[in-house]
Amino acid sequence: MSTPMPSEPWEQPGKDPAVKKFMYVNRRAPYGTIYALESLEVVLIAAAFEQDVSLVFIDDGVYQLKKGQDTGEIGMKNFSPTFRALEGYDVEKLYVEKESLWTRGLTEDDLVVPVQVVSREELREFMDQQEVILSF
Amino acid sequence: MKLGILINEGPYQHQASDTAYQFTKAALAKGHEIFRIFFYNDGVNNGSRLGVPPQDDRNVTKLWSELAAKHDLDLVVCIAAAQRRGILDEREAKRHGKDSSNLAPGFRISGLGQLIEAGIQADRLVVFGD
Repeated sequence: MSTPMPSEPWEQPGKDPAVKKFMYVNRRAPYGTIYALESLEVVLIAAAFEQDVSLVFIDDGVYQLKKGQDTGEIGMKNFSPTFRALEGYDVEKLYVEKESLWTRGLTEDDLVVPVQVVSREELREFMDQQEVILSF
Repeated sequence: MKLGILINEGPYQHQASDTAYQFTKAALAKGHEIFRIFFYNDGVNNGSRLGVPPQDDRNVTKLWSELAAKHDLDLVVCIAAAQRRGILDEREAKRHGKDSSNLAPGFRISGLGQLIEAGIQADRLVVFGD
């Protein structure tokens, strides 16, 4: 009897079952709702679990990484500096969708941290490889 | 299959919790295992026992409590999100000097690590949100 082809990443032989590919998808602007902040809080806690973590920013989520945020007038905490601390948590894979940047008139230079800019098509393939996707 | 469930929206305002409830019931009926149900963002509001919806409508929190009792489900409310929004068990209420608690039966309050653990342990983590 032939062995069926592994169809999902976690069915691949030899893969450490304790380490999974976690992707956090950030889709919303930083301050209109709490999703962005609470997503970042999950990422910081999750770092202790030593999983294969990547962060993705699409749609208005790209504004979360925008340089020069000033929240003084709206009475909320500016949490964008926290993205610069992610490296210290071994969270180093940050992906920003090219199309989302372009349609908002932004470039990589407008962002607070170095990121990998990827096309929608590349992102689709990348998402397909993930085992746990948390979308905020 | 072993499933983890994440609910990110509160009751009534949003259908996420209702859909998650129907999904969980259907999964259990098909013989799947529910590893844990985690409530985050406004989803923690599903854990308040003080809601009094109209009598001709469903009581989302009560539905969850009953399902948890029937199937021994692990309903976990995120502590950080719950503290922000005033969802407290007796211990938390005491710890923060509040005059009452409101966590519904069958729910427990714990940390975000419980969500990550569900992601690791379950075959699939299914997210219900906006």
